[in-house]
Amino acid sequence: MDLQSSLQVVLPEIILAVAGVAMLMIAAFVGDKASRLVSIVGVSVLTAVAIITAFQMTGDTLGREAFGGQIRADAFAGFAKILAIVAAIVTLVVSPAFFERVAKMRAEFPILIVFAVLGMSIMVSARDLISFYVGLELNSLAAYVMASFLRDDDRSTEAGVKYFVLGGLASGILLFGMSLLYGFSGGTSYEAVRLAGMDGGSIGYVFGLTFVLVGLAFKISAVPFHMWTPDVYEGAPTPTTGFFATAPKVAAVAVLARITVEAFGSQLTAWQPIVITAALLSILWGALGAIGQTNIKRLLAYSSINNIGFLLIGLATGTLAGVSAMLVYLAIYVAMVAGSFVAVMMLKDADGMPVEDIDAIKGLSKTRPMIALALMMLMFSLAGIPPLFGFWGKFVVFQAAVQADLIILAAIGIAASVIGAYYYIKIVKLMYFDEPADVITGKSETSYGVVLAICALVISPLGYLLTIPLGDWADRAAAALTAFV
Amino acid sequence: MIGVEHYVVVATILFVLGVLGIFINRKNVIVILMSIELMLLAVNINLVAFSAFLGDLTGQVFAMFVLTVAAAEAAIGLAILVVFFRRRRTIAVDSVSQLQG
Repeated sequence: MDLQSSLQVVLPEIILAVAGVAMLMIAAFVGDKASRLVSIVGVSVLTAVAIITAFQMTGDTLGREAFGGQIRADAFAGFAKILAIVAAIVTLVVSPAFFERVAKMRAEFPILIVFAVLGMSIMVSARDLISFYVGLELNSLAAYVMASFLRDDDRSTEAGVKYFVLGGLASGILLFGMSLLYGFSGGTSYEAVRLAGMDGGSIGYVFGLTFVLVGLAFKISAVPFHMWTPDVYEGAPTPTTGFFATAPKVAAVAVLARITVEAFGSQLTAWQPIVITAALLSILWGALGAIGQTNIKRLLAYSSINNIGFLLIGLATGTLAGVSAMLVYLAIYVAMVAGSFVAVMMLKDADGMPVEDIDAIKGLSKTRPMIALALMMLMFSLAGIPPLFGFWGKFVVFQAAVQADLIILAAIGIAASVIGAYYYIKIVKLMYFDEPADVITGKSETSYGVVLAICALVISPLGYLLTIPLGDWADRAAAALTAFV
Repeated sequence: MIGVEHYVVVATILFVLGVLGIFINRKNVIVILMSIELMLLAVNINLVAFSAFLGDLTGQVFAMFVLTVAAAEAAIGLAILVVFFRRRRTIAVDSVSQLQG
């Protein structure tokens, strides 16, 4: 356990940190002219880090510890890191064109993404409350700035203020819970917290556990702590929104799974009701709230709240199969949501300005047939309609819930996903059966088309070719999580 | 005799004041920033008190991390607020209401 072996374990994080600082230097000395260059450097670094992480996790499932157990680079952390990095790369590829159109591309955007990914990668590998907190804050602080990135735009600055205030509140609640957990278990490592919970845990311990779960529920925008989500998603620039809906969600869900299984594994009866309640409320509220929305980004915000509910069903089982199903769902979710946001970014009016009004997509199938086709596949997939890949995600999650005897939970979840299907199908109806609104006439870049095509391919029936490798990968990740319990 | 529970009670009161400051405050956003700071400082009292009573240094190390992060958070919060003020010419809480659900 010397310093050198620790440094080897955290090699991906070190590369990200050094690259982030180097990109900052390029931006500081060359200025905004370098924003394309910085984006390209960012994409290459993230790709390299993803490859290193993949090698690390194919080596051995349990990974190695660094810095006296503060961090463990196991298969679970690797799975979450790679998903988050893929989402970040998608954002980096589509963001320059979006910001250049409003003449607001700054070199800071890719740098913030790299630092946010660094924070996520620390928090998913953390096995101690301190390193978890530092990673989470690094991720959040970068995200606050990204939300208010269009500083001359009323909605973007307001989204930044709202996100900051509610994010700060969430961090405070989380931290208060951590301080109680520390006081009542005598240590900050997940191991110490788990051992202290073995004998039932004192009242202070259960309070700490609840506060930590509430803080994390804010971060993943689970109902009843979701109120910031629609506003921030609508106000933030679209590439930022697409990023928020994918990468930080992956990291926060992963860390929630790690902390509930590794640190609170002995307290299943204390946290299971909380997770089940949040799951059901999120599914219902996400489905009902989306009805009647007129802004596409707001609609997708409710869709993401709805999806968090399905992810939490997997977690609520508390079993290896449940966590594995949750990870499979998470991977499919990233492909669906990233694709949806890229499709939304392709909707532009004649001046090339982004269109977010839902009525503008009327008759899109006649004016832009390819975008309409991709969007239709994504919506059907989000609704969980076979043979699209989104169905598989829902299937494995419900299967895990039924195996864990949570049959009522699964039944309500399936019923609510029918409500959710209403607004997904409504979008398809607007695109295919209404008279063209002739608003979306602007051209979009080829890079968007390529990213959208890849996402559409993954969620198409061809995606089922991935089920076996994805399932193996998720099983190994879940096994790494439950190995110490 | 002052026990650890006294410190925890003080910290909890300060924390609740911070949370209430965010929700009840109708004046301006700076007060909200102060409330967030108050919450984090309440956590620090907790951490240091537990650390002293457990005879374990980890809590104090944690408190140092919290202080550092709180400073960074305040800096970013104020920067976002300046950007907001430039657009709206006000920082009243009621003005943060253009986006609504």
